[in-house]
Parts: sequence; C-alpha cells; structure tokens
Amino acid sequence: MRVNLTINGQPRGDEIEPRLLLVHYLREVAGLTGTHVGCETTLCGACTVLLDGKAVKSCTVLAAQADGASVTTVEGLAKDGKFHPIQEGFWEEHGLQCGYCTPGMMMAAVDLLNRTTNPGEDEIRHALEGNLCRCTGYQHIIKAVQYAAEKMRATAGR
Amino acid sequence: MFPSQFEYHRAASIKDALDLLKQFGDDAKLLSGGHSLIPMMKLRLAQPAHLIDVTKIAELRAISESHGKIVIGAAATHDTVANSDLVRAKLGLLAEAAAAIGDVQVRNRGTIGGSLTHADPAADYPATALALEAEIKLDRDGGSRAVKAADFFLDLMTTAIQPGELLTQVAFAPIPSGTGYAYLKYPHPASGFAIVGVAAIAALDRSGKFANLRVGVTGLGPKAFRATAVEAALAGKAADAATIAAAASKTADGVDALGDIHASSEYRSELARVYARRAIQAAVARAKA
Ligand SMILES: Cc1cc2nc3c(=O)[nH]c(=O)nc-3n(C[C@H](O)[C@H](O)[C@H](O)COP(=O)(O)OP(=O)(O)OC[C@H]3O[C@@H](n4cnc5c(N)ncnc54)[C@H](O)[C@@H]3O)c2cc1C
Ligand code: FES
Ligand code: FES
Repeated sequence: MRVNLTINGQPRGDEIEPRLLLVHYLREVAGLTGTHVGCETTLCGACTVLLDGKAVKSCTVLAAQADGASVTTVEGLAKDGKFHPIQEGFWEEHGLQCGYCTPGMMMAAVDLLNRTTNPGEDEIRHALEGNLCRCTGYQHIIKAVQYAAEKMRATAGR
Repeated sequence: MFPSQFEYHRAASIKDALDLLKQFGDDAKLLSGGHSLIPMMKLRLAQPAHLIDVTKIAELRAISESHGKIVIGAAATHDTVANSDLVRAKLGLLAEAAAAIGDVQVRNRGTIGGSLTHADPAADYPATALALEAEIKLDRDGGSRAVKAADFFLDLMTTAIQPGELLTQVAFAPIPSGTGYAYLKYPHPASGFAIVGVAAIAALDRSGKFANLRVGVTGLGPKAFRATAVEAALAGKAADAATIAAAASKTADGVDALGDIHASSEYRSELARVYARRAIQAAVARAKA
C-alpha cells in the first residue's frame, strides 16, 4: 500500500507493507535513525515521536496509520542550525549519559512543553512516565526540561 | 517484533466500516488506537487478515452534549477525554480516570471504544463506566442497540459486542452538582494498568446520610464489577469513616480475585478493600465540599 505523510516538514510517499511499524518506516525507509528502538513493547518510550503534534510510541503505531499525518522526529527539532530549547536543556543540564533514551525523552518533553511552558516538577515527572532511562536517575532530565521551559517562556515574553 | 501480514482498510464512515465488517467477517478486526491490538498482533496472539481503521471517522471522534447526555465517540482518545472542557465540567470522574491511564503516549493513541471493547480486567474505564451507568451504543448493518454498562462486560476480555457490531459511542448522564466522585487506583509501576482501581460516586442527604452511592471496581476480578454489597451496606447510612470502612471491607466478598506475578489474589483483595474505602471517603469529602 502507499502512504503519504510529512516528516519534519518534508512531504514524502512510499510503497510499504501494511504491517510495517512507524518506527521501522522512519529508521529503515526514511533513513532517520535518531528514533531508537528499545523494548518494542510500548513500555520504554525510546521510540517516541510526535504524530500530528502528540507524543506517541512509534513501535506501536503502524506506518499505515500515519498516512496523511505529520510526523516530527528528533531530527526535526533543530531549526535553521539552532537547537530546540529542549536540546539545549539536555546539553546544558547534562540530561544524558549513554543517550539511548534521549530522543524519546525529548519528544515526550516537547509534547508537554507544547501544552505548557510552565510545568511544575510533578507535571514533568508525570509527562515522562512513559520513558525509561537506565543511566541518569532522571534528576538531570527534569532539570533539562525546566531549562527548556524557562527558555521558552523567556522567548515568548520578548 | 512485527505482526503477520494483513490488509489495511481505512473506513471513511460508520456505514463504510460496517460494510467492510460484513465483507470480511471473522477475518477482520476493527482498529482504533491500536494500543491493545497492535501489541497482541506483534505477539501473534491476534492475526487478523484485515484491519479496519475507524479512527478517521469524524463522528467517532466527537464529544458532544445532546438530550441531556454527554456523548463520547468511540474513537475519542484518552487524552481528548481527559482534557475536554465538557467532560471535565460535567463528568469529572471520567476525566480523572482517563488522565490516569498508562502514560501520555498511550493516552494520545488509545481510545474509549477500544478500551471498553478490549475489556482488559485491569483497564480503568470499565470501573467508571459502571459507576456512571454508561450506555454503550452498538451499530450493525441495518440497526443499532444500546447496552447498559452493567450488561456489557461479560467475562475476562469478553463483552456483549456481537460479530458485525461496531461500538460507536458511549453516553453518560452528567454528574449532578453536589455529588462527589473519585477514581483511585494502585497502578502497575511499569505499564500503569490498575492492579486495583475503584470509582465511587456519592450523594448525601441533608443529614449527611448516603442518598446515592455507586462503586465500580476494576483489576480485582476477571471483569470490572459494581460493588453492590458495599453500596447496599451504606444505603441510607451515615457517611462517617467507621461506617464506610466497615462497608468497604465487603468489596472483595464473593469475587474470584485474580492472582499473578504482580499481586496475589489475597493482596489484590486487600488493595480493593483499602481503595474502596479511600475512594468512597474521597467522594464523600467532595460531596460535602
Ligand atoms: C504501555 C501501555 C500501558 C497501558 N496502560 C493502561 C492503563 O493504565 N489503563 C488502561 O485502562 N489501559 C491501559 N492501556 C491500554 C490502552 O488504554 C488501550 O489503548 C486500550 O485498552 C485499547 O484501546 P485502543 O483504542 O488502543 O483499541 P485497539 O487496540 O485499537 O482495539 C482493541 C480491541 O477493540 C476492538 N475495537 C476497537 N474499536 C472498536 C469499536 N469502535 N467497536 C468495536 N470494537 C472495537 C478491536 O478490534 C480490538 O479487539 C495500556 C496500553 C499500553 C500499551
Ligand atoms: S521501543 Fe517503543 S516503547 Fe520501547
Ligand atoms: S541516558 Fe542512557 S538510557 Fe537514558
């Protein structure tokens, strides 16, 4: 079957098998390997991307279901050679060690930041419940999101 | 991990979905958010030859108020329900339960129709649908019927839906003002599914006695159920802590409690008693507020 969608602002169409999962479509067909595969069972969040602006676990979405939709992956966060505030936050606050969970963490965080740029710590933890990190102990990830939120508030206030 | 092969069909309308269901019969499965079905297909526990995606049918995604009822389309996501102003204002219990499902990624995909149909014994919506006395609309080729939540859940992952039927919407009477409610759950730490979850709705009369109480329980048995023994024990009684605690101790009576690696049946039963007590107390506190 054919799917037509927009990935990181670029329209594209491909002939695919209906059973192809979105994460494999992104990595193997579109060549965007920034989206990781961890558990394959909807638990770890490593495969999180935005589908029409909402964070989803792309190991549990068929590429066919994304037909007509707009997908944002970690590769689509930076604009005009400039990091997205969440990327800057992970950099500045040491939000990663091995980096395996990081793309998914950032995409889940962006869903939150799209809803509010003034989240409390509880809200941040709640929003990242679907993402596991085996390295950091989460503390620095929370700080990274707080950094991004503050930066986004400052930019919006200007 | 990937599913076995199938053909994908996107239904444009309810009629289209029903026609496809008729055409492919037992070889077809309806696909909504896919957050129960796709995991099962990846494990090859389900191997449908045809998937009929119903999520692009606009009617199925809508939430509206009509004839004094709040009507939620089957394909409304948990996130949409949790954040709908209408649901939050008039069906706070449902919004609370929706917000407690899984994690944000699951809520962004999973839908109320899929959850009710899948009837997982640990799902959150069934307890609230029972406590809210929801009415579930099932369409089939040439007609439709409404099934009360109490008649909908039959057994472990088994509902009253017949082959060829499509769940189109769930209707709820708004919670009257002055009525308190609470949904409390003990979540599984990995998935967020309810080890036990209790939905309570309580209204008190002027003297502080129970005028109305409905309690739905999920996670404890093979299917969600109304804790009628608890409700009966509190009917017309004073809503004080000791009376509530004594009644809540009946929550697991006569229930064939599930036991697995996450929680033994004894532990689940105890959790159900504790969560029923807390949920009723929280509902009462809100009714008084
Ligand atoms: C990691 C994870 C955590 C989760 N945590 C929770 C939790 O804490 N609480 C909870 O309640 N749930 C939880 N879930 C389940 C989640 O809520 C599912 O989304 C839900 O159970 C199924 O809804 P769906 O829209 O995804 O349905 P699908 O998976 O698309 O379908 C489920 C079943 O319903 C049938 N179906 C779908 N729509 C219709 C319809 N309109 N008419 C008739 N039949 C239909 C399908 O054919 C299929 O058999 C979790 C899931 C995952 C993956
Ligand atoms: S790979 Fe998708 S949630 Fe783990
Ligand atoms: S940084 Fe290694 S898993 Fe999170």
